[in-house]
Amino acid sequence: MSATIPRRVRDAHRKSQRGAEESPWVRRILIGLCAAFLLLFLCLPLINVFVQAFSKGVSAYFSSLTHPDTLAAMRLTLTVALITVPLNVIFGLAAAWCVAKFEFRGKALLTTLIDLPFSVSPVVAGLIYVVLFGLQGYLGPWLQDRELQIIFAVPGIVLATLFVTFPFVARELIPVMQATGTEQEQAAMTLGASGWKTFWHVTLPSVKWGLLYGIILCNARTMGEFGAVSVVSGHITGKTDTLPLRVEKLYNEYQAAAAFGVASLLALLALVTLVIKTYLEWKQHAQLAEAQSAPEDSLSDPSNTRA
Amino acid sequence: MNTRLARWTAALVTGALLVVTAHAKDLELLNVSYDPTRELYQEFNAAFAKHWKEKSGQTVTVLQSHGGSGKQARSVIDGLAADVVTLALGYDIDALAQKGRLVPPDWQKRLPHNSSPYTSTIVFVVRKGNPKSIKDWGDLVKPGISVVTPNPKTSGGARWNYLAAWAWAEREFKGDQARVRDYITRLFKNVPVLDTGARGATTTFVQRKIGDVFLSWENEAFLALKEYGADQLEILAPSLSILAEPPVTWVDRNVKRRGTEAVAKAYLEFLYTPEGQNLAARHFFRPRSAEVAAQYKDRFLSLPLVTVDEAFGGWQKAQATHFAEGGTFDVLYRP
Repeated sequence: MSATIPRRVRDAHRKSQRGAEESPWVRRILIGLCAAFLLLFLCLPLINVFVQAFSKGVSAYFSSLTHPDTLAAMRLTLTVALITVPLNVIFGLAAAWCVAKFEFRGKALLTTLIDLPFSVSPVVAGLIYVVLFGLQGYLGPWLQDRELQIIFAVPGIVLATLFVTFPFVARELIPVMQATGTEQEQAAMTLGASGWKTFWHVTLPSVKWGLLYGIILCNARTMGEFGAVSVVSGHITGKTDTLPLRVEKLYNEYQAAAAFGVASLLALLALVTLVIKTYLEWKQHAQLAEAQSAPEDSLSDPSNTRA
Repeated sequence: MNTRLARWTAALVTGALLVVTAHAKDLELLNVSYDPTRELYQEFNAAFAKHWKEKSGQTVTVLQSHGGSGKQARSVIDGLAADVVTLALGYDIDALAQKGRLVPPDWQKRLPHNSSPYTSTIVFVVRKGNPKSIKDWGDLVKPGISVVTPNPKTSGGARWNYLAAWAWAEREFKGDQARVRDYITRLFKNVPVLDTGARGATTTFVQRKIGDVFLSWENEAFLALKEYGADQLEILAPSLSILAEPPVTWVDRNVKRRGTEAVAKAYLEFLYTPEGQNLAARHFFRPRSAEVAAQYKDRFLSLPLVTVDEAFGGWQKAQATHFAEGGTFDVLYRP
């Protein structure tokens, strides 16, 4: 394209661009500040977690990770993730599908509701369930008569985590689904595919990178959630402690090295999440770009271009 | 894609359900306790499990939950299924009787010594060498002194701290209420942060190195000294403190429902045996048994102690006057 632009114009363009830029010194200082900040507040604490974790030696590190109560915490955290993430995938798909593909009354309200857990403090999220299922709450006595324990047990932890991680999948899917538009589904339908078949073969493949991205974020938050879980857990060692609660408990029991050992697991999880997230982000952008460029090639439904 | 994903989902859900339901049907006891008893009960639970196995042949696993005493009582009222509670002060168990009807009102008469198998008191912990030369309660209100104590609203230890300070001020100012109140107000002006439980306050003082003096349970102070070394901290006895009686009881409503009444009672009674008393003393709780107390005499500070009954007319009255909504703490604490 540049070949068609006269050299004069190009030079002027370059000059004006240079004029808008900061002087090299300002640039260097800003970049330096940014790097120093990242080093001080992100890299050093992260490295410190591992330094502290190994402060009593490698064998102490591994024995802290294989302590029965820590293993129980790992099991609980995995259990919670195995229940929470699939449920949030189903919810997220349904919600994103509704918001992105249909126009209906109260759509703005639904979008706000999806975002609600982001704006509510996790502690409040936990207290909601204590007020609802606690013995002094609305459903507590009824549940106890039937020997059902919700809060201070695994179901309460799952519920609180579900609430907090509600928006992650839906929030990721909505923009992708809006960008893809409805024309492919309409085509599938006119060719005689059932709704279900359309969903599996058209809708789902078109959002798969966004979906995976949402799952990864949702999983990271599920495993790392502290506030809401702390309120409903009851802190029974070996039974209702998730990994983050276990870290706090170990730290409070003068076992700093073990606490950092368990924390290093969560830090590793964060790093792995970051790598997968970056990869998926890149994939998703490619998919999004493809979806957006498609309508230009084929003269089709104008509703696609709005995204 | 269709069937594969469906199969995966099914496998995940079944797996998750299996993990949830795969709890062994062994005898299980939940002890909901306050903050500084973590280490004591870890050891005591193992000793009791051995004792119970020999006595009845049953395997019992005792689970623990720890936190600020008031917060823990709140959780039990809200449905945390405690078989026994071992809290920091009588009022928190009274709350179980009043708010949740979980124990009978006369629970404190069911076990010897007001249901308190061990006692403790409130002491000062300062940095090594006592750089701010703190000696007694009067020094805590001096300008520039930073005092660490947990929140009396949620922590039992903090309520004992508050009452010990109040008792000293009553004596010092010969009952002049205006001066006592002024003293307490100035004391809490010097508190930079109120943690919810005693253990949080300990880590604030010892690990985060905030504050010049830490008002602490005697047992917690000695434990901190043991964990962090005498080259870091010093323990001081003020001229007057309070006899703290942390009580224990079984939670009737829960043990009846879960069929654990016998083992819950045996668990608490085991605290009064020579073995239980020895364990308490080893973890710096003052034993009730005279023989065990004599054996561990050098382990504890010697200082004059008032009781909550003498100085404040019992916990019900102390709670209503000082810690209830609108009590002296609410009036005098201005952060």
